[in-house]
Amino acid sequence: MASLCVLGAMLATCFLTLGWSATAMRQTKLTAVRQAPCPTHPLGTDELGRSLLARTLYGGAISLSLGLLAAGVAVVIGAGYGAVAGYLGGRWDEIMMRIVDILYALPYMLLVMLLTVSLGAWLEGWQLVGSEWSRFIVLALAIGSVSWLTMARVIRGQVLSLREQPFVEAARALGLPTRRILLRHILPNLIGPIIVFATLTVPQAILQESFLSFLGVGVQPPQATWGSLAADGVRMLNPVRFEWWLVAFPCVALSATLLALNFVGDGLRDAFEVRSTR
Amino acid sequence: MFRFILRRLLTFPLLLLAIYGGAVLLVTATPGEGLETGEKELPPEVLQQKRIAYNYDRISPVDGQIQPVSAWERYFWIWPKRLLWDGDLPAHQYEDWTVVEIMRSALPVSLQLGLLALAVAVMLGIGVGVISAAQRGRWLDHASVSLCLVGISLPTFVVGAALLIVVGLWLRAVPVGGWGRPTQALLPAITLALPYAAYIARLTRSAMLDAYAEDYIRTAQAKGLPEWRVLLDHALPNALLPVLSYLGPAAAAIFTGSFVVEKIFTVPGMGTHVVESINNRDQSLILATVMVYSVFLASFNLIVDVVYGVLDPRIRVGAKAT
Repeated sequence: MASLCVLGAMLATCFLTLGWSATAMRQTKLTAVRQAPCPTHPLGTDELGRSLLARTLYGGAISLSLGLLAAGVAVVIGAGYGAVAGYLGGRWDEIMMRIVDILYALPYMLLVMLLTVSLGAWLEGWQLVGSEWSRFIVLALAIGSVSWLTMARVIRGQVLSLREQPFVEAARALGLPTRRILLRHILPNLIGPIIVFATLTVPQAILQESFLSFLGVGVQPPQATWGSLAADGVRMLNPVRFEWWLVAFPCVALSATLLALNFVGDGLRDAFEVRSTR
Repeated sequence: MFRFILRRLLTFPLLLLAIYGGAVLLVTATPGEGLETGEKELPPEVLQQKRIAYNYDRISPVDGQIQPVSAWERYFWIWPKRLLWDGDLPAHQYEDWTVVEIMRSALPVSLQLGLLALAVAVMLGIGVGVISAAQRGRWLDHASVSLCLVGISLPTFVVGAALLIVVGLWLRAVPVGGWGRPTQALLPAITLALPYAAYIARLTRSAMLDAYAEDYIRTAQAKGLPEWRVLLDHALPNALLPVLSYLGPAAAAIFTGSFVVEKIFTVPGMGTHVVESINNRDQSLILATVMVYSVFLASFNLIVDVVYGVLDPRIRVGAKAT
């Protein structure tokens, strides 16, 4: 419950202040560069004098929406694909899982980087949205489109052992159509894993984005996410001047949110899979 | 079982070909060859020489004219041949280095780091998971579950930076960077392993608890077996299946995740080459890196699948029935 509150509070503050933070995060103030937290700048300022409070709030909104978007993509593709492959079994399963293997065996970080760079070039070529947002969309799509593999595999594994269970056999013996068996008999048994993996995919997508930002392939400045802020902060770390606030605040926000997400996932898991709570 | 393995082995080359095709597609999706992205504009003669050196063009043996090389021939014949047979495929961004030389110097470092981290993650994860499940509901369980959540939730570069500052700078216990000595491998490996250890611990714990709800555990308990034997002999083998199926993705994540850790601890691995090659669209190096990692991870997945088949008869039967 506490984690739900944290999550709700985080979502509310990040998205409700978006109107202010979206402009404030870009205001540079060269007279107040790299300031430690003080009354005028509650979380301090970065190397261009931008308020870290505004940047953290704005970055949070971007991080969260990126994570949700990516997880949505991953869940839809992964659960559908895995359930169908696992249930059909045999040759279809073989072919569908071979495709997953192909994508799996691609080192996914390389894949996301390649996808981000090449898809980004395409999207920018179309000029549908600004280049900052095209990078955001591309990142969400790229991360989502590699994150569904685990989901598909887990769901497929579950279905594979589920379909050997007597109740599925009974449903088959009754002559129910495949779609009905999948939707009515198999899917309810999968809600647990789906929820657990969906709630785990959101923080993982946020984390992956932060890795990409750290390596320099993430969102493009002046766009910011928690990950890119923290990564910038870590890059600025040196033994001479210890600008801890640049690392600490984005990291605390990021970690608190991820923790809350994971806690909520656990709670949901316990709610759905009563068996495991014994 | 034998047919199961054979089938997997037969699809292996096809798999790699498909991966290569996809990688070529992605690499060629962006316009240009990445030759022109230097600091300054290249004179046309130099550019022409480069295009010939990288097989984008060639001098016709018949009339001595410069003619373009088709993408098919370049990506599917000349480059693979130069990489694997002649070993002289150059990398765009490092003028005098061949791809093979770069790989030879950087790849072993990355793979060592990855393998070390994977071993740490598996052992730590399963250990913590089993203890946690055995102590379920008590404080040790709560403590390890919370720690695992923290481990999963913290980005690698934050953990790495924290370890670097505390262990490296304040305690001066280990060198803060570089590679070669065991002490230098310690922090990177632990940093890289932690999130995956936490994830494996969670998986192990929940799978153990699931297994505990099964009838055969009650049977074992009814036989009067000591609790630790029920735990290790009856619950653990079944609980290991989800962990095993997670090993493939974990390996992929760890071996590519090492790029981040390498950057923090200045480990001379593939990380910088990979990021640079993608940013500079260094086609030959990107393709070679993707293929090397794919071969490695695909073989790893193959082994995991075979072991999975050995451990879980249900899967094997399903595969045979086809």
